[in-house]
Amino acid sequence: MDLDLDDRAAGFRDEVRAWLAENVPKTPLASFDTATGFEEHRAWEAKLADARLSVVSWPEEFGGQDRTLLEWVLFEEEYYAARAPGRVSQNGIFMLAPTLFSHGTDEQRHRILPAMARGQEIWAQAWSEPEAGSDIAALRSTARRTEGGWLLTGQKTWSSRASFADRAFGLFRSDPEARRHHGLTYVMVDLRAEGVTVRPIPQLDGEPGFAELFFDDVFVPDRDVIGEPGEGWRVAMTTANNERGLSLRSPGRFLAAADALVREWRDAGRPAGTAERVADAWIGARAYQLYTFGTVSRLEAGGKLGPESSVNKLFWSRLDVDLHETALDLLGPEAEVGPEWTDGWLFSLAGPIYGGTDQIQRSTVAERVLGLPR
Amino acid sequence: MKFLLSEEQERFAASLDDLLTSREVDSATRAWARGEHDEGRKLWRELAEIGVTALGVPERYDGLGASDLDLVVAFDRLGYHAVPGPWTDTVAVLPALLDDELLAGVAAGETLASVAFPPHVPYALDADVADTRVAVDGTGLHVFHPATRLSSVDGARRLFRVEPGERIGEADPARAFELGALATAAYLLSAGRWLLDASVEHAKQRHQYGKPIGSFQAVKHLLADVVTELELARPLVHAAALTLTARDVSAAKVAAGRAAHLAARTGLQVHGAIGYTGEHPLGLRLTKVRALLGAWGTPAFHRARVLEAT
Ligand SMILES: Cc1cc2nc3c(=O)[nH]c(=O)nc-3n(C[C@H](O)[C@H](O)[C@H](O)COP(=O)(O)OP(=O)(O)OC[C@H]3O[C@@H](n4cnc5c(N)ncnc54)[C@H](O)[C@@H]3O)c2cc1C
Repeated sequence: MDLDLDDRAAGFRDEVRAWLAENVPKTPLASFDTATGFEEHRAWEAKLADARLSVVSWPEEFGGQDRTLLEWVLFEEEYYAARAPGRVSQNGIFMLAPTLFSHGTDEQRHRILPAMARGQEIWAQAWSEPEAGSDIAALRSTARRTEGGWLLTGQKTWSSRASFADRAFGLFRSDPEARRHHGLTYVMVDLRAEGVTVRPIPQLDGEPGFAELFFDDVFVPDRDVIGEPGEGWRVAMTTANNERGLSLRSPGRFLAAADALVREWRDAGRPAGTAERVADAWIGARAYQLYTFGTVSRLEAGGKLGPESSVNKLFWSRLDVDLHETALDLLGPEAEVGPEWTDGWLFSLAGPIYGGTDQIQRSTVAERVLGLPR
Repeated sequence: MKFLLSEEQERFAASLDDLLTSREVDSATRAWARGEHDEGRKLWRELAEIGVTALGVPERYDGLGASDLDLVVAFDRLGYHAVPGPWTDTVAVLPALLDDELLAGVAAGETLASVAFPPHVPYALDADVADTRVAVDGTGLHVFHPATRLSSVDGARRLFRVEPGERIGEADPARAFELGALATAAYLLSAGRWLLDASVEHAKQRHQYGKPIGSFQAVKHLLADVVTELELARPLVHAAALTLTARDVSAAKVAAGRAAHLAARTGLQVHGAIGYTGEHPLGLRLTKVRALLGAWGTPAFHRARVLEAT
């Protein structure tokens, strides 16, 4: 067991650090949940792609550098430490792309991934529905067979980035007779297609970070179905484990925030009664970093991500809230004038809800990791 | 980087498990608490035979000169089975304090040591059974004499006040202290894991309202939080063994203690009254965890070190 970087990894980390120091915008971009901010972020994604840093772990043919998982984690650490802009393309890169890598066709991969890597096409995830939240298999939106493809009808909701995104991926019920988890089909759909209505919904900060999507006989060609029709659930589960297990919240983000919190604590004159929470936030971020190194080592040795992804998600979602609450408490009356810590705090509050709520994760851990009866 | 235990380390852990599972460790612990050390010393010798006591001892004294990570692997298993005795003092700390022929006795499993390390370890553990008694005072080493016995919250930890005796030399106590804290963290972590495993087992067996209590979501969610804390504390313990920096050791001690404490409190709740009885093995770990939280540096001390070093 060791924590040493080989020359290749260390060299890559140094290169990334140098590039970021040179290129990260000096003034933060506008929020990607605004129309202007979205376009500024697209431009940033393109710049990252030009430097071949937008998807470092992907194969070269799709715009990546064939980097190892570990190198990706190091990249993320550098990225957050450099306070580089949030990734507007993250839904596509971290959720759709892994699905295409394991279930897509070659044609789909070549058509979709390079544009995704450059931020030319920004993707939204369309899973949730008004009546299907935690119980996602209760979804009702349908896909009906038609000449050369499918017709989508129904409603999706809470779809992040969908207010300004180009396309969406999600599950639709293609066989109303089949049992709940069967008869679902995984499709990709153009959000500008005829019959699609996007209604932006403001989030806690007032910006339209997610949207409702209405589908009225929207045509999707066969080539935009991922995997076999009716097998959507199975396809989707790879994405979900990936989301919770590793990619959605790489440790870099928490480490950068925890280091900033410790500095904040020092600057505030080490207020009495706060050391414990500050130290625990830092320890938590370090624990998550090391846990990730363990996961990466396991995957590189041929292991698979399983239900222990839920352990991961439970840990970081609480860590993130605690860390930001601590920062706001430290700042006292200054805290509310933000925006730095308040934005992070608002975002942290969503962690225990999205990606499967913490209650659902606890049940998964209890049943599938600890083997308790259903 | 490869942040995974080696196959050899996994095998070593498994051989410790095999041995300890086949012995009546809890009965040895109860006897130890009464001051009857025979069973415990027998266990000590058996563990010595598979190398545990030789790990930290240099080869020139017939030791294995093993890595700090190997030591952690051993303490992890000692903690899981809650093996009684001054293991931390003898196997982790003493070899870092002394360069002496006496370590050959440690390696062979014949010498048990008790180390007082004020202020973090003010009372000496098992000084009545120890063959070697050392107190660390700044950079000085003293022999000490055991005085009054104090009763620990954990009956199997027999603590003694320390009366300083002859000065025997100088030492750099820093590494010894880190190893004491690290071994304690590893022991705590796996004591916590045992508490979780026992609680999960109990939740599957125990029925109320016509169902196993483990099918109730309120019970499930408590246990899910415990496994989360434990799983995330483990890599801190492993990393601390690799770096032995004050920051990593302290992070490990805080997180392992926190996770084990949660496992103990939750474990008792999930067991209900049976867990509160003196006959049930749960109590042996619950009190041990509470005692070890404050040993080799309190959580407050270790948190302060983390902040200083960050
Ligand atoms: C910021 C944000 C971004 C999001 N982005 C997307 C996106 O891009 N795409 C998308 O498809 N969705 C997205 N979502 C939706 C998210 O996936 C859902 O909110 C989530 O799955 C929970 O569903 P729900 O909100 O309907 O809550 P519900 O399922 O109605 O749950 C409400 C409460 O009941 C609890 N509960 C429900 N069932 C159980 C149970 N069986 N046991 C115990 N407790 C239970 C939940 O834990 C929760 O506390 C996003 C949500 C947020 C907050």
